[in-house]
Amino acid sequence: MSETDDKHAVPDMPDTTGTITMEVARFRPDRESEPSWDSYDVPLRKEWAVLDGLNHIKDQLDGTLSYRWSCRMGICGSCGMTVNGEPKLTCSTFLTDYAPGPVRVEPLANFPVIRDLVVDIEDFMAKLPTVKPWLVSGDEEPAEDSEYRQTPAEMDDYRRYSMCINCMLCYSACPVYALDPDFIGPAAIALAQRYNLDSRDEGNEDRRDVLASAEGVWACTFVGECSVACPKDVDPAGAIQRYKLTAATQAVKDLLLPRGAR
Amino acid sequence: MTTKRSPEPFAWLLFSSGGMAAAMLIPVLLLLFGIVFPLGWLSAPSHDRLAAVLTHPVTLLVLFGLCVLALFHWAHRFRYTLYDGLQLRKAAPVIAVLCYGGAAVGSVIAAFVLIRAL
Amino acid sequence: MTTADRRYHHPVSFTWWARKPSYLLFVLRELSSVFVAWFVVYLLLLVAAVSSGNESYQGFLEWSSHPLMIALNVIAFAFVLLHAVTWFGLAPKAIVLRLGSWRVPPNLILAAHYGAWLVISVAVAWVILR
Ligand code: SF4
Ligand code: FES
Repeated sequence: MSETDDKHAVPDMPDTTGTITMEVARFRPDRESEPSWDSYDVPLRKEWAVLDGLNHIKDQLDGTLSYRWSCRMGICGSCGMTVNGEPKLTCSTFLTDYAPGPVRVEPLANFPVIRDLVVDIEDFMAKLPTVKPWLVSGDEEPAEDSEYRQTPAEMDDYRRYSMCINCMLCYSACPVYALDPDFIGPAAIALAQRYNLDSRDEGNEDRRDVLASAEGVWACTFVGECSVACPKDVDPAGAIQRYKLTAATQAVKDLLLPRGAR
Repeated sequence: MTTKRSPEPFAWLLFSSGGMAAAMLIPVLLLLFGIVFPLGWLSAPSHDRLAAVLTHPVTLLVLFGLCVLALFHWAHRFRYTLYDGLQLRKAAPVIAVLCYGGAAVGSVIAAFVLIRAL
Repeated sequence: MTTADRRYHHPVSFTWWARKPSYLLFVLRELSSVFVAWFVVYLLLLVAAVSSGNESYQGFLEWSSHPLMIALNVIAFAFVLLHAVTWFGLAPKAIVLRLGSWRVPPNLILAAHYGAWLVISVAVAWVILR
């Protein structure tokens, strides 16, 4: 039997260094009006992520636990939860880092909780399209078979922002979003910049009304926690700060230059 | 297309320039006049000497710029601190008027004081 | 869908800024602005005293060496330093500088800010102490 087969076939192998207590926030809207805590002891294995602990609970201890996950490799962005107070991708956060425990697992902060660890991110899904996160091209349609060329340097301008996996950790870390739910938010602005800074894109003007509004970049006070929380090093705080400078420069130009010269 | 003429970018530009001016100039000035001279680590400049520096137009201009920008820096930051820290977003218009109004009044006072020094 | 909202909404605590050290540092950074404003007041009092003659200038010096005044200014100085350090730390995020096709690295922008800070501080001290 190979190493990898082992860990699925046998629950307790030598690399298990005892157990760790997971305190999991539960919320069952049919039964309770407020979340409560359940405790479970799970094996503490060095290759187990918090998500593996949750899977162990669901498979072995309590099948009613609800949470989201898919890829288990930090790509799909669906497993975000609050682990010991910090927003984390639970598939890339290891139980041993919290030994001897307990590990507290809660749903992502700043979003309404649907059930247990599942949150409603409808708000983000509604805001995202308002910043047109796609390539906006001018009137001229490219001839068939033609391609848009881009140099590596041009790609470097936006590459970082294109790494976003919509995991919502940044929204969860942002106190401004908590206090002002109309704030467009870190990822949406970073994604807008991903296209604004793309040499093939012509949508800058289209995105401006939303980005440069009071609920856009101006709502941000640069707490900076979004960039700390981001598992993909997108640096949404930097994206916002950079757009503030862009928007302010634009506003000054609008004031000084006649319409035609802009 | 509607281009929203929000005053936000201008408030932010004042805030930013003020933040930069404050970061560059205030630490050394406050260190000297607030701590070093009062504690006698160095003796304070004589009145004649300081008066000569102060009445120089360049000094007055720099100090006036610093006062105005620093006050608007305060107004902008403090306004958001009240919004977020005390969760007063509902009172936003009142707070904005008080903060920027305060900075404007402070700037006028600064102008008076500095012109009198000439 | 007309079912009532059965989702749970976490209330935002009034002391949210005390929940994490990083939030606390943020609020302290924002409060530094109060001490920036205080410095403007202090500076204007100094200028007013100097321009009213030697006597009032000596009065200002005496007032400023009151222990309470010194304590206030030490606190103010700490906040102003916090402001300066955090301000320079954030500047490279907004400023993206290009020389030709070369993008000036953020660390260089940061270093330039500190360099300018040093030069300006020395120059100001020289003008005053000369
Ligand atoms: S910016 Fe980072 S933290 Fe925010 S949604 Fe994208 S990947 Fe997640
Ligand atoms: S399960 Fe896909 S990112 Fe964690």
